[in-house]
Amino acid sequence: MQSWCSGSSLAEFLQFQPNPQSLLYDYLQIKGAALHVQPIPANAAYSASTDVQCMAEGSCLLRKMEISVAEAEKRTGKNAVNMQETYTVYLIETSVTEGHNPVPDSLWRRYSEFELLRNYLLVTYPFIVIPPLPEKRAEFVWHKLSADNMDPDFVERRRIGLENFLLRVASHPVLSSDKIFFLFLTENGWKEAVFETGFLAKSDSRLKALNATFRVKNPDKRFSELKHYSDELQSVTSQLLRVRARVADRLYGVYKVHGNYGRVFSEWSAIEKEMGDGLQSAGHHMDAYAASVDDILEEEEHYADQLKEYLFYAEAVKAVCRKHELLQYELETASQDLASKKQQQEELAAGTVRTFSFKGMTSKLFGQETPEQREAKLKVLEEQIKEGEVTVTEKTLECEEFVKNAWKDIERFKEQKDHDLREALMSYAVMQISMCKKGIQVWTNAKECFSKM
Amino acid sequence: MSGMSADPAQALPAVMSPLSGQMLELDEDDDLEVFSKDMNLMDGSPMNASMPTSPASMINQYKFEEETDAKDIFVTVDNPESHVTALETFITYRVVTKTTRSEFDSCEYEVRRRYQDFLWLKERLEEGHPTLIMHPLPEKFVMKGMVERFNDDFIETRQKALHKFLNRVADHPILSCHEDFKIFLTAQAWELTSHKKQGPGFLSRMGDTVRAVAASVRGVRNRPEEFTAMLEYVDSFGQKMISLDKVTQRIVKEQKEYLGELKEYGPVYTLWSGSEEELVEPLKGVASCIDRCCKATEEQIGHLSENLVPLLHEYVLCTDSVKAVLRRRDNIQAESEAKNDALANRKADREALKDSKDLGFVLGSFLGKKPEEAKQQKEQRLDSEINELKEEVERLEDKVECANNALKGDWLRWQGNMRSDIKAAFVSTAEKNVDYYEKCLAVWESFLTSQTAAHDMESNSGHSS
Repeated sequence: MQSWCSGSSLAEFLQFQPNPQSLLYDYLQIKGAALHVQPIPANAAYSASTDVQCMAEGSCLLRKMEISVAEAEKRTGKNAVNMQETYTVYLIETSVTEGHNPVPDSLWRRYSEFELLRNYLLVTYPFIVIPPLPEKRAEFVWHKLSADNMDPDFVERRRIGLENFLLRVASHPVLSSDKIFFLFLTENGWKEAVFETGFLAKSDSRLKALNATFRVKNPDKRFSELKHYSDELQSVTSQLLRVRARVADRLYGVYKVHGNYGRVFSEWSAIEKEMGDGLQSAGHHMDAYAASVDDILEEEEHYADQLKEYLFYAEAVKAVCRKHELLQYELETASQDLASKKQQQEELAAGTVRTFSFKGMTSKLFGQETPEQREAKLKVLEEQIKEGEVTVTEKTLECEEFVKNAWKDIERFKEQKDHDLREALMSYAVMQISMCKKGIQVWTNAKECFSKM
Repeated sequence: MSGMSADPAQALPAVMSPLSGQMLELDEDDDLEVFSKDMNLMDGSPMNASMPTSPASMINQYKFEEETDAKDIFVTVDNPESHVTALETFITYRVVTKTTRSEFDSCEYEVRRRYQDFLWLKERLEEGHPTLIMHPLPEKFVMKGMVERFNDDFIETRQKALHKFLNRVADHPILSCHEDFKIFLTAQAWELTSHKKQGPGFLSRMGDTVRAVAASVRGVRNRPEEFTAMLEYVDSFGQKMISLDKVTQRIVKEQKEYLGELKEYGPVYTLWSGSEEELVEPLKGVASCIDRCCKATEEQIGHLSENLVPLLHEYVLCTDSVKAVLRRRDNIQAESEAKNDALANRKADREALKDSKDLGFVLGSFLGKKPEEAKQQKEQRLDSEINELKEEVERLEDKVECANNALKGDWLRWQGNMRSDIKAAFVSTAEKNVDYYEKCLAVWESFLTSQTAAHDMESNSGHSS
């Protein structure tokens, strides 16, 4: 498969070449840049050494630095309420590839720190579709996998997911140049820095956002459609993940029952003379067949993880849409305010009260106001109108900027999504092919053994 | 005798045998028989209907096709039909026989038989050859689940099992020569009914049963080692068959559940493709692959259910048959041992007489007999009894020897059949599984190729999505 790139948009490409011969394949291919991500243990889905073609405008962090989440470890310690708890930490390794001597660095981070980083990014770059983190708790499990956060398989898959998150951020044209992100990767004391940015104060309240969603009148049509699409994507990927887990469960059952053949054949071969050898060896093949399902389903988990990433990405897209709605709503509100103030001004200048106002009523009841009073009011209104116009201009600009930048990133995201999901589907096909080949081999061998009975 | 079954006695639709139009005309000379074109079933060479051939030369021709002994009788069971009478409803099966054997008057027969008739045949064959191993009949009732007697699958399974049973009898060098087998294959329904009535009477059958029970209660004393070994083997073998039967049925169950989930899986991809633009083709492609794999899975399940499952079940029944054979052999031996004991007792009595220890004389003298006379009378009586018993013992010992030899011979036969049956069934299953995976492989590979090709086309044209 050749690399391909979008001509006009600022996409970077995550490209991978499935190797049908091997059961493991490199998911990300970083071509051209002098970057090799540190090798990851065998069954990594997303990462491992590959080329990312960065066509970014901004500097792409990955050009200068290797990033990986190399290990996971259990720790115990006292938490905020002074109670003992067990948690997992992940080792982030970075090495700057300037010159010929990469200087390695590493530090340990908890999942909650990744969450903090992501929240910072969400608030600071509301017009960007922020890459999602791997799930907090194991969902869509089929019976073999435990839903326990301490389960080694879960931890391993989470390690891979966290690395993928970092790589996605590091290869994003905008996000990769963020200072806090850099500190997260390299400085132990990053938390002070992130809180200093005051991002918590800037975050929009849920209530405000919800209110805007309901009351906005003219959101950009594209964002409305995008929101609708994100809903559909969420719904369909979660349905897919559920059904896939059930299918995996059943497949497991089919394979494992064949293990009983192995046992019975072996016992039976003890009482047979001519058939003994054939039965015995056929039994071994049945055992091998039953055991092979574990690897097959382990691999499929990586496919599920790829789907999950986009399930969570859909939420990130919705967040961008919500921000647009909020900004649009604020603009509409400001414009409305301005319009009503202008009308008040008109009425006051003309001396007629067309609109109901409290002042108007009181003046009717208690007598007209003096010309001085009227002058004062007009002056106030003029001020307010001036301010209002500035606000409206600002808000309009803000909205337009947001729409422009957001849509740019959305285009980038769409291409990434189409590319990644297409690759995921093909890798799924590769997995099925490998499963079929294994099956053919086992049953061909078994048939030979049976023929010799 | 005509081989057509136009039987007014049963409420049958007139079953016109397709062979009827080609019924053979017998020549004056019984040695020359003309075979119809339908005989092509038995030999591959084109046969001119008017060419006179003797049965012997036909058999020579068969030898090319058959690796084993020339097969001169072919039996099929098919065409189940339901019959409703005032008293009951039952199924009959068509039994078609084609043979060159001289003891058959014709070379083709077609009759209809019901399960009861097969049961009768089996009992008669067992009576005649108690220590020959026969392939089992399908069960009378099926206990598991609510299997209706007239359910289509049940009937088909039963028919196949009956076909196999009859064929195994036909292939057996000894059993196939049994008179009742011939009658079963050839008699009209009413002829069969009357023949059944002529069999050993109720009382004599009772007598046999009583003797058999008595013998089994008595038990056999000196069972030869080889038959004990057989019994142990059959026990173990039976357990293995039961296990395999269970495992295979469980596999079928799991496969069906897997198929159920798979059928819901594909449609989700199709649903997804509805919201996408660029991804429509790959998503629909995956959905289509999954659907085709569903079909392949269905075929695989069918094959398993129709081949391996019934075969393993047959061999579970087989072990019961073989155990029954071993029991009958034991009983025959027990009877013989009992007679030997009786003989030994009489001989001992005879010896006791010589020593004049028999106190019976005292009794005899009370009755006015002279001791000498009484003794002589008793001597004579005992001598004749001893002679009778000696004959009996000889007969029974012969019987035991025959039974043992028959069993020994048939044991090898049975083992050979078992091996080839089991081998064939598992080989076929393995083949089908390979076939299943090959089908699925092709499906996914073609998807991958089409996707790669589309992708290449896109990138070659410099397009971006």
